[in-house]
Amino acid sequence: MTGPRGLGPLVLGIETSCDETGVGVVRGDELLADALASSVDEHARFGGVVPEVASRAHLEAMQPTVHRALADAGVTWSDVDAIAVTAGPGLAGALLVGVAAAKAYAVALGKPLYGVNHLAAHVAVDRLANGDLPEPCVALLVSGGHSSLLVVPDVTGTVEPLGQTVDDAAGEAFDKVARVLGLPFPGGPHIDRAARDGDAAAIDFPRGVVRDAPYSFTFSGLKTAVARWVEARTRAGEQVPVDDVAASFQEAVVDVLTKRAVAACRDRGIDHLVIGGGVAANSRLRALAAQRCEAAGIVLRTPPPRLCTDNGAMVAALGALMVERDVAPSPLDLPADPALALA
Amino acid sequence: MLLLALDSSTPRVTVALVDVAADATVRVLAEHADDAGNRHGELLAPAIQRVLATAGAAPTDLRAVGCGLGPGPFTGLRVGIVTAASIADGLGVPAYGVCSLDALALAHREQPGGLLVVTDARRKQVYWARYDEEGRRVDGPEVSAPDDVAAAARGHVDRVVGPGATQWSDAFAGFAIDESDPWPQANMVARLVAPRAAAQAPTEQLTPMYLRRPDARPPTSLKAVTPR
Ligand SMILES: Nc1ncnc2c1ncn2[C@@H]1O[C@H](COP(=O)(O)OP(=O)(O)O)[C@@H](O)[C@H]1O
Ligand SMILES: [Mg+2]
Repeated sequence: MTGPRGLGPLVLGIETSCDETGVGVVRGDELLADALASSVDEHARFGGVVPEVASRAHLEAMQPTVHRALADAGVTWSDVDAIAVTAGPGLAGALLVGVAAAKAYAVALGKPLYGVNHLAAHVAVDRLANGDLPEPCVALLVSGGHSSLLVVPDVTGTVEPLGQTVDDAAGEAFDKVARVLGLPFPGGPHIDRAARDGDAAAIDFPRGVVRDAPYSFTFSGLKTAVARWVEARTRAGEQVPVDDVAASFQEAVVDVLTKRAVAACRDRGIDHLVIGGGVAANSRLRALAAQRCEAAGIVLRTPPPRLCTDNGAMVAALGALMVERDVAPSPLDLPADPALALA
Repeated sequence: MLLLALDSSTPRVTVALVDVAADATVRVLAEHADDAGNRHGELLAPAIQRVLATAGAAPTDLRAVGCGLGPGPFTGLRVGIVTAASIADGLGVPAYGVCSLDALALAHREQPGGLLVVTDARRKQVYWARYDEEGRRVDGPEVSAPDDVAAAARGHVDRVVGPGATQWSDAFAGFAIDESDPWPQANMVARLVAPRAAAQAPTEQLTPMYLRRPDARPPTSLKAVTPR
């Protein structure tokens, strides 16, 4: 199926797995619109996402965000070839708002529905920035909810998990350490900023290793080590060098992330690495990954930060690829699955 | 004109396709209800397709959408509301909302006397509303403990309907519990919005009747990781 100009299918994608209501419009691998409404400010005072608050916000934001996306893209409903939606993983009640909306639009407009996996969408979004996705590739997905290393032979079908975090997600570690340092939620961007003025070698925080799982991650020990270190200074009446702690903590995280990602590429003989998810916006992660990939002869692909955090365009990007590859649409009884596994 | 009506405020998800005449009288063309448990999200869209197919209608034949706004358990309620809003939006037709308890009450209007409507609100509470002899809502919708609802309604009404009445039959022991038609029906939603649809009233924002604030407590101050 191709769009009116034969340039690939025009797909509207809906993302509501967490606290962002995202609606994107793409034509093949061309980004046309990426509208976003976030309830992040409503969660900030709770120090984390409150599911019911997020679900209520999705319901309120749905139609306005859809309309903004259509207007930004300069298209009307009749131009739309398919509706894609995040079916999971994510918060149950939040996912359900997006899935129900997508089904309703699909029924009303007589368009096919594509339920997509949120993690696969974080990988597929790369095509909007960098063109045809190299397959197979290794993908490092790091966000507030996930830290996974994947081998991706076919992002619309076969995605093989290599390893993931056994405790905190990388973004979660950023957010928790930010709280310890008295920085606002979500903490990732604040740590990133503070770290620029800090010394990454100031404190030798531990690099967690998971036994017998070379591609897995653990960040809870690191988080505890940072909290201990800060507490000790505070108790001694010393000032906490926030910039140095941020830089040293960040270095510990991105060191293990990039080391394992490069090892996965090498072990599997795959020469493309895609990095996605909210933490992929981290400037040090991008720099160190670029450096280590170059040294290892791996082509690094990183979408721009705007497309790394949750958004609707990534869902549309994967949906469009499914249409292009003649993947069968989802049935209307498609469930929202909080624990949706990768195919 | 064809109007699609639905309600997902209880474990019973219900859809109706009706024809609304110029004088706002309603003729039911097709209807479907499922005991959804908490699978509203899976059952609703297929049910809509089914009623359309049964009546031989296309989605583009619809001229308005009506929806129960609750009160009801949030997750299922939102499925119905976002579905109704998105169908109306996708077709560019107006959406109209009603209190789901009003739809339940309407099914019982034929009998004389006032009426108390009670549905399950979980956490040992019920959603409720009270109606006078003319079927006008005179109290509620509210969410309260069944005993409190019963105490406040005593002397005002004799009859109680809805799934909350049988579930809390002890609390409502002094009332006549009417077990007929205990669930909201989409065709009653349709009847309630029909006058607006017939008059081509402007579309409405479909806002859920939550009646409760979201459960959200700020986290207690960060626990020290090392004992003092
Ligand atoms: N520059 C950054 N450095 C490190 N972490 C970041 C940065 N920007 C965002 N993050 C983190 O990314 C996470 C959000 O990721 P996102 O993919 O949008 O959401 P989700 O985790 O819900 O999928 C948060 O934990 C946030 O702190
Ligand atoms: Mg994400």
